[in-house]
Amino acid sequence: MIDDIDRALIVATQGGLPLVPRPYHALAEQLGLSADEVMRRLKIMLETGIIRRIGAVPNHYAIGWIANGMTVWDVADEQVDQLGERIGALDFVTHCYRRPRALPAWPFNLFAMVHGASRDECSAKAAEIRALLGEACRQSDILYSTKILKKSGLRIGS
Amino acid sequence: MRELATVDRKILAKLQGDFPICERPYAEAAEQIGISEDELLQRLQQLLADKVLTRFGPMFQIEEMGGAFVLAALAAPEARYDEVTALVNELPAVAHNYRREHALNMWFVLATETKDGIAEAIARIEHDTGLPVYAFPKEREFFVEMKLEARL
Repeated sequence: MIDDIDRALIVATQGGLPLVPRPYHALAEQLGLSADEVMRRLKIMLETGIIRRIGAVPNHYAIGWIANGMTVWDVADEQVDQLGERIGALDFVTHCYRRPRALPAWPFNLFAMVHGASRDECSAKAAEIRALLGEACRQSDILYSTKILKKSGLRIGS
Repeated sequence: MRELATVDRKILAKLQGDFPICERPYAEAAEQIGISEDELLQRLQQLLADKVLTRFGPMFQIEEMGGAFVLAALAAPEARYDEVTALVNELPAVAHNYRREHALNMWFVLATETKDGIAEAIARIEHDTGLPVYAFPKEREFFVEMKLEARL
C-alpha cells in the first residue's frame, strides 16, 4: 500500500518525468522532500510493482504499428487458463487476459492484442493463435482500432 | 507520420523501460545510446511534441495500490459518436479510449484509485450517455509487455 507521500509522487509523475538533467531533484524540490527520499520511494514502488516500468510510452501508430487488433476468443472454460498461458507466451502478443463473457452480446472470454504494419500481418498472427487454440475455440473475432480517442494513462486527483 | 531518425529509433528501442533512478538518469541513459545528455533531453521533448511518444515517465499499476483497472465498452450510435466520445473522455478515470470496428465500437480503460470507483465511473457514463456499458474486468493476466520497436 502507499502513503500520502507516495501518492503525491504519483500525482507529480503520472503525466511524465521532468525533462531536466536532475528530474528526481526537481520532483524533490516540488514536493518538499529530499532527492534521496524521492529516489528511494520510486525504487521501492518499482520493486513492489506499483510502478511497472519507467520509460518512453510510444504512440504505436506513430512508430509504424498502424494495424492494432484486439483478437477475442470464445474458449472452453476448462481449457482457457492453460491455453491463455500459451497464447501469452507467443512473442508477438503484447497483452493477454481472461475476461468474463457478456452473453448474448459478447461470447468471448480470452483477449490477446496483436500489432502489425498491416492488417494482413495481424490476421496472420491471429491465425497462429487460432491454430494453437484448436478445437477449444468455438468462435473468434478481431477488433481493429481505427482511432485513439484518448491515451492519457492513469490520472488520479491531487 | 514522420520518418524517425536512427537516433530516435535507438531511443525507442532502449528507453521503453529500465530508465535509471539516480542523480543524472538522462546522462546515464544517453551514454548507453551514444549521445549527450542534452541531445537526449531535446529529442525526448521533440518526440513528445510530435506525439511519437504519448508520455515519458513511470507507468503505474493501480491495482498494486488498491485501485482498479477495467476494460469497458459501449455501442455508440454513429450519429452520436463524437458527442459520446467527449462525454466518456471527460472523466479522469478514463485512461485510454479507442475506436474499434465492431458493434461495440468504443473501448476504454477505467483506472480508479478505489475498487468502488469503477462502478461509479460506469454509472456516470451510463447516465451521461444513456448507453449501457459493458465491463470486462480481467479475471486472469497471462502476459503484458507493451514494448514495440519502431517500424519506420
